[in-house]
Amino acid sequence: MSKDTTAEQSPLDQGPPELRAAPASEADTPSSRVEKFGGDRALQLDCGTVLDPWQIAYETYGTLNEDRSNAILVCHALTGDQYVASRNPLTGKPGWWSLLVGPGRPVDTDRFFVICANVLGGCLGTTGPASTNPATGRRWGLDLPLVTIRDMVRAQAVLLDHLGIETLFSVVGGSMGGMQVLQWAVSYPERVFSAVPIAAAARHSSQNIAFHEVGRQAVMADPNWCGGRYFERGVRPSKGLAVARMAAHITYLSDPALHRKFGRNLQDREAITFGFDADFQIESYLRHQGMTFVDRFDPNSYLYVTRAMDYFDLAADFGGSLPRAFLHSPTRFCVMSFTSDWLFPTAESKAVVKALNAAAANVSFVEVESDRGHDAFLLDEPEMFRTVLGFLTGAAHARGIAPPAGGFA
Amino acid sequence: MSVTAISTPEAAVDAPPVPTTAPQAAGGGARGDHRLVADLVAPGSRVLDIGCGEGELLDLLIREKQVDGRGLELSQAGVNACVARGLSVVQGDADRDLADYPDDAFDFVILSQTLQATYAPRRVLEELLRIGSNVIVSFPNFGFWRNRLQLLLGGRMPVTDYLPYSWYDTPNIHFCTIRDFVALCQEADARIVKSMALDARGRPVGFSAPWWVWNLIGEQALFLLKRS
Repeated sequence: MSKDTTAEQSPLDQGPPELRAAPASEADTPSSRVEKFGGDRALQLDCGTVLDPWQIAYETYGTLNEDRSNAILVCHALTGDQYVASRNPLTGKPGWWSLLVGPGRPVDTDRFFVICANVLGGCLGTTGPASTNPATGRRWGLDLPLVTIRDMVRAQAVLLDHLGIETLFSVVGGSMGGMQVLQWAVSYPERVFSAVPIAAAARHSSQNIAFHEVGRQAVMADPNWCGGRYFERGVRPSKGLAVARMAAHITYLSDPALHRKFGRNLQDREAITFGFDADFQIESYLRHQGMTFVDRFDPNSYLYVTRAMDYFDLAADFGGSLPRAFLHSPTRFCVMSFTSDWLFPTAESKAVVKALNAAAANVSFVEVESDRGHDAFLLDEPEMFRTVLGFLTGAAHARGIAPPAGGFA
Repeated sequence: MSVTAISTPEAAVDAPPVPTTAPQAAGGGARGDHRLVADLVAPGSRVLDIGCGEGELLDLLIREKQVDGRGLELSQAGVNACVARGLSVVQGDADRDLADYPDDAFDFVILSQTLQATYAPRRVLEELLRIGSNVIVSFPNFGFWRNRLQLLLGGRMPVTDYLPYSWYDTPNIHFCTIRDFVALCQEADARIVKSMALDARGRPVGFSAPWWVWNLIGEQALFLLKRS
């Protein structure tokens, strides 16, 4: 999801998106580390299909300690990637959560071994619709079976097995990343010492499914989508994907934040033009968001990953009872929400907290005051940083993980 | 750090709801009752501190009694301070959120200086008895002689160092006396295991006396209750 980009970053003068770089090579041969699995490590998917072979791309930071007790898995959101705290090879920008993760940061890479993997269905090196289907030699496109949040988590678990990590000290993530955190705690409770789901929910709401459907329809309505076979035709449904991103981006913000940042300010002009050019700064900003997004994200991948979120309903496997999903959970939870987040509102987090209480699980809950909407979890929110630091410090003490050499400032 | 021998509750239970007003509600900032509460709590037990503020009591109980401690606190600042010091605390409200806890979830449930600030004290007390095997409640005694004197002679609602609010801005909406509370315990089927009258600083009134004496000279009171 987006950083707090300023309106001055210019919008429309970047040429037709079709001619710009596509994240094609990254899908098969990512700049990050990658592990390939198959055979006895084939991936059984929720839809019934077995994925064999498959691969998962990931980054790591810090050092795994001797008793392998200091590993933290960071799960990324819808359009995130494995480059949580390192430069993104496509955009050249710093890691998407480098404010939270890094040396001396709340998720301190001097103390913890941090792993972040591209999700299944993604487009930066883990098997997804932009990857080459080994059976046909062409890109998967819509031939890839649908994946779920639980499939993403299964894939991460196989990676951790491979890395020799039995127990995670913590799983941390926001938005769809938070969904994965919750799924981890339910699927592998004994492997998760602590869990930090931020701005998340135990199921995707009807309104959120609705927004996703708008996004998918925008992609599929682009004539260049070609039923998902745009790679073979040498085109890209960039306009559709950009519109999807523009619509979604609004849901990541808030009315007060938009008003504070843009108001009704005009873009590089003194007066309205009585036309459909981007008169207002907010229009220009959204167009910019849409256009930069298509450079780094695969349109089919957008369909798959949004669908995975839509299908997410943690209680469904437990007769609709969320407390049952968490029963006997040994995990320490720190649930967080933001006051102005209307995409994953506080009520969703509170429902999780309520269920955890009912299951007698160990839970903390903090609602952070912020007017920046859902995106707040990616931004500079000192309250969130203090909470994560405090929670992880307390949990590390309980787990017996030594503080970094210099101690804490 | 779950250490307790008490069995873990399994059922999710729905029940009615209450606001934990921070301990400051009672004023004075003196929380000498923490020491007394700690003496009542069994080592290694599961404890819920309702209206836990910045977690001083929980911290004390975890350090000295090795309890598995949880907190419920209304104020954002309080919750954040607690989580930052490594405590498990949920933002919530005693009137509303106790319903989320199952029966017998805790060995000890503590409601310190908060009952008088809830909307429905009786329902809150019943919830406490439902979710905790032992319930520790402390509250300011409105029957304290100085309060009586102010009302009797001044004809005004009492304002003291310990209860520094005027009637129109006090968070304490349901005052009671020690005798009132004892009557409520009977109505709510609570058995009084232990009780003591305290001065404003939370020090026990150091002699035994009949109820009516305590009801006069105790500025606050501390009770240990069980379901009868």
